[in-house]
Formats: sequence, structure tokens, C-alpha cells
Amino acid sequence: MKRQTQARIITLKIDGVDVAAREHETILELAQENNIFIPTLCHLDGLSEYGGCRICVVEVKGSNRLFPACMTPATEGMEVITNSERLRLYRFSILDMLFSERNHVCSVCVSNGHCDLQYLSAKLGMTRVEVPYLNPKVDVDASHEHFIMDHNRCILCQRCVRVCGEIEGAFTKGVMGRGVNTRIIHDLNGAWGDSDTCTSCGKCVNVCPTGALVEKGKSAGEMVKRRDWLPYLRLMQED
Amino acid sequence: MGSTITIDPVTRIEGHSKITIQLDDDGRVADARFHVTQFRGFEKMTEGRPFHEMPSLTARICGICPVSHLIASAKTCDALLAVTVPRTARNLRRIMNLAQITQSHALSFFHLSSPDLVLGMDADPAKRHLFGVASAAPQLAQDGIALRKFGQQIIELLGGKRIHPSWIVPGGVSHPLSQEDRDAILAMIPDALKRAQRTIDWYKGTFSQFSDEIRTFANFPTLFMGMVNPKGDLSMYAGRIRIMNAVGDIVADQLEPATYQQWLAESVEPDSYLKSPYYKPMGYPEGIFRVGPLARMNIIDRCGTTIADQEWAEFRSLQRGAVLSSFHYHYARLIEIIYCIERIRNLLNDPDILNDHVRSFAEPNAFEGVGMSEAPRGSLLHHYKIDKNGRIIWANMIIATGNNNLAMNKGVYQVAKHFVRGEQIQEGMLNRVEAVIRTFDPCLSCSTHAVGQMPLQVQLLAPDGAILDERFQG
Repeated sequence: MKRQTQARIITLKIDGVDVAAREHETILELAQENNIFIPTLCHLDGLSEYGGCRICVVEVKGSNRLFPACMTPATEGMEVITNSERLRLYRFSILDMLFSERNHVCSVCVSNGHCDLQYLSAKLGMTRVEVPYLNPKVDVDASHEHFIMDHNRCILCQRCVRVCGEIEGAFTKGVMGRGVNTRIIHDLNGAWGDSDTCTSCGKCVNVCPTGALVEKGKSAGEMVKRRDWLPYLRLMQED
Repeated sequence: MGSTITIDPVTRIEGHSKITIQLDDDGRVADARFHVTQFRGFEKMTEGRPFHEMPSLTARICGICPVSHLIASAKTCDALLAVTVPRTARNLRRIMNLAQITQSHALSFFHLSSPDLVLGMDADPAKRHLFGVASAAPQLAQDGIALRKFGQQIIELLGGKRIHPSWIVPGGVSHPLSQEDRDAILAMIPDALKRAQRTIDWYKGTFSQFSDEIRTFANFPTLFMGMVNPKGDLSMYAGRIRIMNAVGDIVADQLEPATYQQWLAESVEPDSYLKSPYYKPMGYPEGIFRVGPLARMNIIDRCGTTIADQEWAEFRSLQRGAVLSSFHYHYARLIEIIYCIERIRNLLNDPDILNDHVRSFAEPNAFEGVGMSEAPRGSLLHHYKIDKNGRIIWANMIIATGNNNLAMNKGVYQVAKHFVRGEQIQEGMLNRVEAVIRTFDPCLSCSTHAVGQMPLQVQLLAPDGAILDERFQG
């Protein structure tokens, strides 16, 4: 087990509640310890933080800007607000843009009913997408023997990229391009099935929050991801 | 001066359409056309998708008959996998298809057409709807609602939800039937059968009042097409195609669905989004054929269940050769409801129905597959081609309603010619033009593979194309 070191205790308030944090602990970790809900998408226990999706933004009294809870360390005397009208609107804007940028069609998706994006949108009370859909023509890479990469349903959270490098150590998956043209790629942007580095371990598929990475042969609603193993793998790696 | 009548939108059907009736200089009907005004494009939309998604994707074509698409699509995917679907799974799919046909037929007969039959073709349109039927003939309305519920509940018990269940998958079904659900369905059978028999008894005592309509509602010689099993029995799930002509001779039998391109072709009309399939050896438009309940009752040697066969024998005595009037689609639909209920009972009484081996797994073993089944409105065909990675590169769907397009057009002309007089549209005439379409129970959302309500427009056009009169319903 990881050796516990003497840590300084930091006291602060989240939503008016007094909480105590260890040094270097993020607002998100602290909130989760205290059963305070902050929505997340790119965050996943067991992977490094990336801070890309911005859905976990919180307000901190004394500052006008918003802070990603997953990347912001708790500091002494901080007063954090996790739920306000301003945050609600920002989070809706993020979801709006995620849905409008690619082709997310829940009803026919293999991950329907088992999707983090769908679950979060429902939990936050989203009822419509206000931004016009871009309806881009996006490819499906079905060249791998066991798995499918459907870029239509990718939200670029990069969980797959992180698990591939940090846990599996294969570094097969990467990111190419900018803005709406950003794509998850394999090796030097080849077909997934042609990758020399992919070990076909399937970790990327299981950490993917949506139906972007799925097992072949699944029909609508049949793809259920398993992630309970991830924190254990991380612990074993650290030992 | 001649003119054109436009009925837009056509009401109490599934989908968007309009009818135009062209009058000559003397005010007589010169031509009548049925136009389907919606476009969907599913065949193009599905390109690039993994084929395993196709059953659920194509089921979204329709909210009335998603199960029909699930079945035709899953059968096409079975062909791509080149696997044998376990017997129990085939029978479970059959049960869901029969439940689907029951609920769709109940919707067509009771909810959409019974207002014309109970209240009369010339009844006040403000009262000519299901609620009017509920006041005039409460038992009939209750039976209709109960029969639709019967079908929908079976679909829910099997697939988890009433509309768009994703239970039917390539290779079989996703989970087996529990004994509890089997018993729940069996317990519903006697009541459903009683209601269906009561309805057909009422109908047999009523339809002779509509002799004028029977004589003119798409009553002409055509071919009839449908699926039969190797013995010639009615088959809704699997089998081969039989084609019969108007005098009752079998023109072609045991045609393999996979070879459909050899004997079936589709023509495209400039004024409709609905294509018109025809029997290829006889060419266009002589190869006009009808599908659906009337066609099925014409082509089969028997239904294969006791009560339905008794009713079928009585039905076939209506006319020597094939029964030609499309008005009798209603009658055929009621016989099929009885058949479906009996067949569901028989399938559920087989102990093997509870077997938990309900799915075969495989990688795609063929790059092209065809799947055909009988939907409520007739023969439904899906045809896919995939690449080596299992993505759809080409898809073709021939929808049951489309198969009836030529006959619906001809039927509209026949009814208009008989009932339309002068340049002023009488409400009763407009309703009869719609009613002939309703006998076919067209599902236009399916057959154009629309979104929105289901409304009919009738336009009266002058020979120069000027609109003289126009009526809308919606």
C-alpha cells in the first residue's frame, strides 16, 4: 500500500459546509469524499486529471472566473459554490456543444441506457439542445477485430488516450487536429486494426463514457462498460 | 373548363399524402393520383453504420410497426452472419411479429376505419372518429382498444417496451422468455379471441351495406403477393413468396426472397416519394400486384389454425378465383387477428419456448444479405451489403405499403370516377376517396422510409393546372 505521509489539513467551505482537505487534494476529490455532487465527464477515478471537458466548473468566492474542480487544489479559507444558476447555464452550454458537434443519436446507440453523457444530461435536467447541430460526416473505424471506434459519438474526453498510455502502457491512442476537427487516432493516424502497438486489451472501450468505443457485435443498448477494475490497477501500478 | 381536386392531407392513415383528381371539360374525372409527400432517406442514412445496429436503426422508421422492421432487419443480419437462429428464438420472434400484426390491424380497423363502417361514409365528419364509434357502438370500440392493448402488452412483456423494443437482435433475441411472462400472455388469449370473434361476427352482418363501395373500392384484377410456408400455409415470419393472379392461378411459387431482384422491380413516379414495385416478368405497369391481408388470404392454401381457417373458408366463398375488392382488406384483417391470437397461443404452448438458448453468435460470414417477413401491410424486404469490417455500404428496403402503390393509385381513380361529379367536392365523396386508401392501411412513414402528424388534401385542377377547389383535412 502507499505509505501515508504526514499531511497538512486545509479547511474550507463547499456550498456553505465546512470541510477539511489534505494538501494537494482537489475540490472534486474533496466534494466526492463529502458526498457533494459535482458533474464530471473527462474525469475517471484511476486516471490522471485532464481538465478538458469543463463540466465540473465551480465558483470560488472572491474570483469572477470559474475553476475546473478536478484540477483546482483546495486552499485554506476557500469558499466553493458547486451549484448556481450561472454554473447551470455554463454546464448546459457545454452539453449543448458536445451534442451538436457530432452525431449523438441515443435511441439507436449501442450504449443507450449505459452512457455517462446521456445520464449526466438527464441528471442535470437537460431537455433540448439550443445550439444548431453541425451534423458532420464522421467515420466509423471498424477495422479492429474486436472493437469499433465511432467518432460520431466521441466527446474527446481522452479517457481512452490516458488509459492506453498510463495503465496499459501501449500509447496506441493519441489526439490529432484542432477544434471541431480534433480526432482520436491510432499510432500515426492509421486504421485501428493495422496498429502494431495496440494490445487489444479493451481498457479504452471500458473507460469510454459514450458509445464511441464499443465491442463489435453489440446491438442497441447492449454495451455495458465495466470500470470497477481501474482504481485497483492504478493501486497495483503505484505499488 | 376542366379542373383538379386536391385532398391534402389524407386523414386517418399513417403518414403524409395528398390526392389530386383531374376533371375534364365536362366535369368528369379524367385522372386521379395518390401522392406521398414525405421523404426520409433511411437507406442513405444507414451507410457506414455497423450492421449490428441495423435492426434498431431501421425500427425507427416507424412507431406503429417497429417490430416488422426489427424482424426483416434481424433476418437480413442473420444472413450476413450466416448462422442458424435457435428454434426458440425464431418462435419468440414469431410471437412478437404476430402481436405486432394484431395491434396494427386493430389500429387500422377500429381506430382508423371503423368510423366509416359504423357511422357511414356520409356521416358528419365532426363525429366520424373513434369517439363517435365509442358513443354509437361502445362494445366495438372497447374491443378495438383491448385488442390493440393485447398486442402491445405482448410486445412489452417480450421486449421490455411497447414501441421500439431492441430485443430482436442479429442471431436471435437478446433474452429468453420467463415462465411468468409466458403464463401472463396465455392468460390474455381467451379474452382477445372472444373480442376478435365478436368483431368479425358483427362485420359479417354489416359489410353487405357497403355494396357500392365493395364494387368500386380498388376492385380490379391484379396479382397478389405474399409469403407462404412449404405447405402453402399462411406464414408471417419465414417462408417463400407466392404470386397469384386475379383468377386464382398461382403464377409463381416458392420464390426465394434472396432472388427478389430477378422478379421484382421498382419504378419511380415524378409526383410521389413512394416508389412503385411491380412483378418484373410482366413489366410495368402490367405487373401491378397487391400485398397485405387481402393478398395473403388470397394466396394461401389455408391459415393453419382452427377458427381462422373456418373464417377463411367463408371469406374465400365471396368470389371465385381471388377476392378482388380492396374493401375486403378489412375482412381479411379481422381473420388475420384471429389467426395471430391462435398462433401465439399455439407457439406458447410448446414447452421449448422457455428454452434459454436464444441467440447465435458469429462474425459476419457473408457480405450481402436479404431478409423478408410479412408485416401487417404486406411483404417487407431488407437487403444490405457490408464491407469486410461489417459496415453497411449499401441498403435497399422494399416496404409493404410501397408494394401497394400502383393499386392505391388505380383505386383512387376508380373511386373518384364512380363518386365524383361536377366541380364541387361533396364531403362524402372526399371521404370515400380517402377510405379506399384506408382499406390498404398504408404506412407512408415506413414506405418513404416523416416526421409529424398524419394529415389529406384534395385538389380540383383545371386542365391548365389552375386550382378550382381545394379541401384540407388534418
